[in-house]
Amino acid sequence: MVPLSWYLILAAFLFTCGLFGALARRNAIAVLMGIELMLNAANINLVAFWRYSGAVTDLAGQVFALFIIAVAAAEAAVGLALIIAVYRKRKTVNVEELDLLAG
Amino acid sequence: MNIAALTANLHVILPEMVLAAFALLVILADMLRQDEEESRLLPLLTLAGILAAMAATAWIWNRPVASYQEGAIADGFALGARTVILVAAGLATLLSMGYLPRINRQMGEYYALVLLATLGMTMMASATDLIVLFLALEIFSLALYILSGYYRKNPRSTEASMKYFLLGAFASSFFVYGAALLYGAAGTTQLREIGNLLASDHGNPNLLWPGIALLLVGFGFKVSLVPFHMWTPDVYQGAPTPVTAFMSAGTKTAAFAAFVRVLMEALPAQQIQWGWALAVLAVLTMTVGNLTALRQLSLKRMLAYSSVANAGYILVALVPGTAQGSKAALFYLLTYAFMNVGALAVVITLEKIDELDALQNRAAGLADRWPLLALAMSIFMLSLSGIPPLAGFFGKFFVFQAAVEGGWTWLAVVGVLNSAISAYYYLRVMVAMYFHEAEEPVQPRRWGGLSLSLALTALATVIIGLYPSLWTGFLSGLGG
Amino acid sequence: MAIDYLPLLILIILAMGFAAIAMGLPAVLGPKLPNKQKYEPYESGIIPFADARRRFPVQYYLVAMLFVVFDIEVIFLYPWAVILNRLGLFALVEMAIFLLILLVGYVYCWKRGALDWGGQVRPGDDVVESQVVESQVEEE
Repeated sequence: MVPLSWYLILAAFLFTCGLFGALARRNAIAVLMGIELMLNAANINLVAFWRYSGAVTDLAGQVFALFIIAVAAAEAAVGLALIIAVYRKRKTVNVEELDLLAG
Repeated sequence: MNIAALTANLHVILPEMVLAAFALLVILADMLRQDEEESRLLPLLTLAGILAAMAATAWIWNRPVASYQEGAIADGFALGARTVILVAAGLATLLSMGYLPRINRQMGEYYALVLLATLGMTMMASATDLIVLFLALEIFSLALYILSGYYRKNPRSTEASMKYFLLGAFASSFFVYGAALLYGAAGTTQLREIGNLLASDHGNPNLLWPGIALLLVGFGFKVSLVPFHMWTPDVYQGAPTPVTAFMSAGTKTAAFAAFVRVLMEALPAQQIQWGWALAVLAVLTMTVGNLTALRQLSLKRMLAYSSVANAGYILVALVPGTAQGSKAALFYLLTYAFMNVGALAVVITLEKIDELDALQNRAAGLADRWPLLALAMSIFMLSLSGIPPLAGFFGKFFVFQAAVEGGWTWLAVVGVLNSAISAYYYLRVMVAMYFHEAEEPVQPRRWGGLSLSLALTALATVIIGLYPSLWTGFLSGLGG
Repeated sequence: MAIDYLPLLILIILAMGFAAIAMGLPAVLGPKLPNKQKYEPYESGIIPFADARRRFPVQYYLVAMLFVVFDIEVIFLYPWAVILNRLGLFALVEMAIFLLILLVGYVYCWKRGALDWGGQVRPGDDVVESQVVESQVEEE
């Protein structure tokens, strides 16, 4: 069997990719995609930990992952709706051009 | 498994069930209403839901401490935090009644979202499992992202909601990754069991420490600790002011209650390490918050940075990791809910019809024209700056007392110094009200709910200050 | 340990090799008679009527978002269905409540016109809204 650490390294790599995307991209949709990657990295961790814990009856890791998937979908829907609302007003989704609020 | 096992202690989540039922009722009522006139009933229905949830909370209080499916608990701390959140939600609903018609006609969604956000917050305050905690966090966060952009025609409002969403979702993913690592280190998502396992020195340190650090970042964003506070001023300023009032008090209470529970139940054995991390964050948060608030011209941005500074004070109470500290934090949150919602209610009266904010010089000369309003604002400002005998003073007093008795005297000293700095910008508003001439005479906006919430918050701020023994007795009855 | 993965490696090499041969041989051996139809995108036999890279109406995203939200709820139905026998009546009632909440949301979307594709002005649209807001402001 593949050792647990491989999954953890994969998840950490995915999380870092998402983090980079969320921080470096200026398009709000790309930032959202980065955030989704970070959430899915956590899912990989959860399922891997559950699989290697040996506790077959305690499904906490699996259940957690299911809820994260559902929440990520809701988050994407709300996020896209907000991005459309901003685009209608400002004709841009570039986060650096959103600078009305500053003090 | 039989029904008895599954429904045992179901009453623990009764307030949440009531809130969910009323949220659905509000949506249905909005669909069935015939004309605009009937939509005025929606805030009343919302208030009824919040009052029913309060009644449910009070009813649970008289029952023994119980836990539902190891996911949510009804102990004194959780019930106290729930009450503070419900109070904040009720006050925010009163503030929305006259505010909403001018920004967005779709009231059904607004009030349903307020109820759902309240549900998420109360659930987070009583969660004892990382899964429930995360779910509750997302329920109220998603509702608040939408609420802060509810003034859809105002680009500042939509901008605030998008910034809040992107940074909030970013923070949530840190939180989740941290929770996943903690699950990996302890093999369970239940906070108390995590604590038991980690106390007997199980758990892989390579998973544990990154997990704790990421959870800290996640909570840091939600309660706006420096350096994770960047979103706070923008969102507070751009959101409709009743929403700002709701989230400043509600989110803080829910997130701090959960923060306390994670630290005290899951990670008590690591107190030496996170105690120092929190102490550093508290010093940064108080100092940066107060120094930046000094430079603000807008009332809402000033209150936003003041809210950052207040998160720092509350954090001081958590550093020693004592039960006394948790209670002091909860008491502070109670006083903060009243004085901050009250201050934002005054801001609402000063806003012009299509504005989301008011500059500080709008308050100039207020005392001549509207002495009662100026008096209320003075009470909130004096209380926020921690001047006795108002509620804010005792909030700070208990927090710093907890720090000193936990052996963190230097931290309490930093806190007291900071609160001296903060007096400058709070009192500046009072000076403007009483000693400056009005540049343009303001006609304060008012409606029944606004006046009622102003009266309630001002009275509560004074009464808590005059009879602190009432509340300390109440708090000592809370148990661990 | 790593030897266990040898069949996988062989499979990957075979698959890539087959694809390379299948695409390479016709290029070398086959006659080349290009015409317009051959260069159009393959749409399972349907003749394309427009360029695929065009802007989609915003309703498309609205429906897509609603679809994502309602579609994902199925992931709660699967584990529930697997252990329904052991959980009994309580789980049945719980799922009924869950679906009821979804139903209220669905009806609300419908009623608010989120599922209409047409261009007619609905209550809640910006056009109507601004007029109503102004009239209400005057009342105050």
